[in-house]
Amino acid sequence: MSTATAKHHDDHGHDSHGHPTGLMRWVKSTNHKDIGTMYLWFAFTMFLFAGAMAMGIRAELFQPGLQFFQPQVFNQLTTLHGLIMIFGAIMPAFVGFANWQVPLMIGAPDMAFPRLNNMSFWLLIPAALLLVTSIFVPGGAVAGGWTMYPPLAIQGGLSMDMSIFALHILGVSSIVGSINIITTIFNMRAPGMTLMKMPMFVWTWLITAYLLIAAMPVLAGALTMMITDRHFGTHFFNAAGGGDPVLFQHVFWFFGHPEVYIMILPAFGILSTIIPTFARKPLFGYTSMVYATTAIAVLSFVVWAHHMFTTGMPVAGQLFFMYSTMLISVPTGVKVFNWVATMWKGSITFETPMLFAVAVVFLFTIGGLSGLVLAILPVDIQLQDTYYVVAHFHYVLFSGAAMSIMGGVYYWIPKWTGHMYDETLGKWHFWLTTIAFNVTFFPMHFTGLAGMPRRIPDYSQQFAEFNMISSYGAFVLGLSQLLFLYVVIKCIKGGAKASASPWEGAHGLEWTVPSPAPFHTFETPPVVK
Amino acid sequence: MNKRTILSFCAVFLSFLASSSVQAEYALNLRAPVTEIATQIYDLHMLIMYVCIAIFIVVFSIMFYSLYKHRKSVGHKAVQFHEHHMLEVVWTIIPALILIGMAIPATKTILAMKDTREADMSIKATGHQWKWEYEYLGKDVRFISTLATPQEQIHGTAPKSEHYLLEVDNPVVVPTGKKVRVLLTAEDVIHAWWVPSFGVKQDAIPGFIKEVWFRVEKEGTYRGQCAELCGKDHGFMPIVVEAVSEEKFNAWIASKKAAAAEAAASGDKEWSKDDLIANGKTVYEKNCAACHQASGAGLPPAFPALTGSKIATGPIFGADGKMLKDGHLDRVLNGVRVMPSWKALLNDVEIASVITYERNGLGNSTGDVLQPAQVKAAR
Repeated sequence: MSTATAKHHDDHGHDSHGHPTGLMRWVKSTNHKDIGTMYLWFAFTMFLFAGAMAMGIRAELFQPGLQFFQPQVFNQLTTLHGLIMIFGAIMPAFVGFANWQVPLMIGAPDMAFPRLNNMSFWLLIPAALLLVTSIFVPGGAVAGGWTMYPPLAIQGGLSMDMSIFALHILGVSSIVGSINIITTIFNMRAPGMTLMKMPMFVWTWLITAYLLIAAMPVLAGALTMMITDRHFGTHFFNAAGGGDPVLFQHVFWFFGHPEVYIMILPAFGILSTIIPTFARKPLFGYTSMVYATTAIAVLSFVVWAHHMFTTGMPVAGQLFFMYSTMLISVPTGVKVFNWVATMWKGSITFETPMLFAVAVVFLFTIGGLSGLVLAILPVDIQLQDTYYVVAHFHYVLFSGAAMSIMGGVYYWIPKWTGHMYDETLGKWHFWLTTIAFNVTFFPMHFTGLAGMPRRIPDYSQQFAEFNMISSYGAFVLGLSQLLFLYVVIKCIKGGAKASASPWEGAHGLEWTVPSPAPFHTFETPPVVK
Repeated sequence: MNKRTILSFCAVFLSFLASSSVQAEYALNLRAPVTEIATQIYDLHMLIMYVCIAIFIVVFSIMFYSLYKHRKSVGHKAVQFHEHHMLEVVWTIIPALILIGMAIPATKTILAMKDTREADMSIKATGHQWKWEYEYLGKDVRFISTLATPQEQIHGTAPKSEHYLLEVDNPVVVPTGKKVRVLLTAEDVIHAWWVPSFGVKQDAIPGFIKEVWFRVEKEGTYRGQCAELCGKDHGFMPIVVEAVSEEKFNAWIASKKAAAAEAAASGDKEWSKDDLIANGKTVYEKNCAACHQASGAGLPPAFPALTGSKIATGPIFGADGKMLKDGHLDRVLNGVRVMPSWKALLNDVEIASVITYERNGLGNSTGDVLQPAQVKAAR
């Protein structure tokens, strides 16, 4: 390796092979750490953008009547908020973690395919531009909901085609990225690191990558059928031509349900890393955690139609999907019990990452239990497409996925920047986020039960009080994320010097390299005993 | 952040909740059920919710006990255990048993919900962007039901009424104690017909017919909404069902039939231009303004303007006296792309009125008049 580097020096006369500088450092980067950083900043930018849309939604819903947005614009806000949060914020953030952490955690020098890695990231930019600029085309952005059900989606204008194209590009990016992650994990682990010695975060990402490879082509299929229906006279989803609008829903949710786990399994991995560190105890039930994660992944492919209980499936289908959905709560429960058992009789401290991890276990379980309520088909008939569902998926996606990401950032940022973050501000960010999140979304359980449909710009007066509370919470929640931005920038610029292993209870290869992690790490593989 | 700050935060939040609950009646739970199925759903939800709350309290009591007792700051030393096979088996099997306990009553309710046999009467409900059409099968009654809340209330220039957004011009009327089957379909996109008090929600899917049923035990007015995103005015297509005694229901059917006969008779006479325009304005605002806007300006590119439109100011009939293809009347009767066909939804008088209004109002002034008899001939 060192001879190769020396030869390179002679060829090009760069002063340092390892540290390209300027814009081209990022554009041409094949370094997993730089690409990871770009993924994380991209995700955070999209998070703020889609979050600003959510502020718009909550402003309109602050009180009954139409105040700020016409109904069509409101639908554009809800649709883009969903699409961008899922495909632009949560998924890229987890890929950012995978890029930074997987090689560091398994003792690999980089990802298996560094150039593909560069391509996966840079594909995100045109996709994001297509989604964002679709707001300005005639007719405005997509307004048929992030689920894009036909025939409504077929009615959409140019923005629908732009969004379909964007999702195709994002799908390619995800598949390429997943192949890269799987190959890295299988081929580049340090000697001695058997599969069952891998950190839990690496395990969850391995399984997530398989889910992505299996699910994204299915979405691409559904979207391609949609585009041929729109422009080339096919009738996949048009009953008048022998098609079926509900076919789209089956195909979409065959992708869509694994997608839900794509967004939560890496979060489980982050929790399974943070909790043992701050409990100063190894993860309880590692083996059963691996099996539970695998079980969740397999089951995620046989529960899709629980999103479609009101389409009027035959009774056998309804029963099958209700039972399989209920079953998913068993492995998910095992995970929660294992985390609690990991805390049990530990020596617990409450630094910001641990606060986030504890809050995620607590709040994610609320989302999990409301998911069990929704799995019960007769109850779902009342709750489908109401604010109860909105509450449910924000409890799993915001306080599950997004807050795990925040906890993960606080946990690993000393390794990434070489500085400790501001603990006081971090705790402020945590408490503001957690309290504002609950003020925003907990009342939605009540409005949903009482019968408020989702995706409506205006509502009857019985829902006024709870909506106003939700809106107040949302505004605080949104503003609190600017504090997060500040804490991160402050940490990059300076702060207390972080040692190689700043957390007392942390184990793992990433803590054996200096902080900040050098541009190239593990050029000689470490040996795991 | 210290404990005091956190506590004062909580105090502020709780006092906010307390002060606003004095002013308003909170809707916290599913609406009061009035059918057997809705009652079963209500009880099922309460059961599942209590079980979930119990599980939640047990698990998180343990977690918070541990967080409190096993802190480093109180000097607790970590005990390095990390596996216990029996425990893993136990906490896999117990939840599985609880789930079986939940699945049994749920399955019973599902089987009852799906049993649409031996209905006493059937109503076909068709979702349109953005209104519901109802047809009482075998009773020869058919009407459209649209939002009755005036635009002024929505835009805040008038105080909001008691049933803001949950009121319609023509409610569905059903007899109590009868098994009513609803056949659902849609004209354009997917809608969903939902009446919470009945425990009924079913997607209305274009090209397919799906069935649901209910039997209302208690007289009253029950309100619901479209529950599947169906475009711009998804939030503005409510459902109102009035459950009445059988006598009142029969009287209502008779009155609906009489009104329809009267409307058909009025189509045979010659109408004056002013009457057509006045009647057309009402029809337009109820049926057309959602897309083409009350001013006729439309919402291009999805919904074209009628003001100055080539179709709305061009000829209706060709030189041979036959209806012109893609002319004004053809568009209204037969529709095109997202424009629905109004043939079955509006009677001759309504179509003649609305076309006359569109050609002489909304900034257009062709001066011509379309008579109901001409519409009848063109059908």
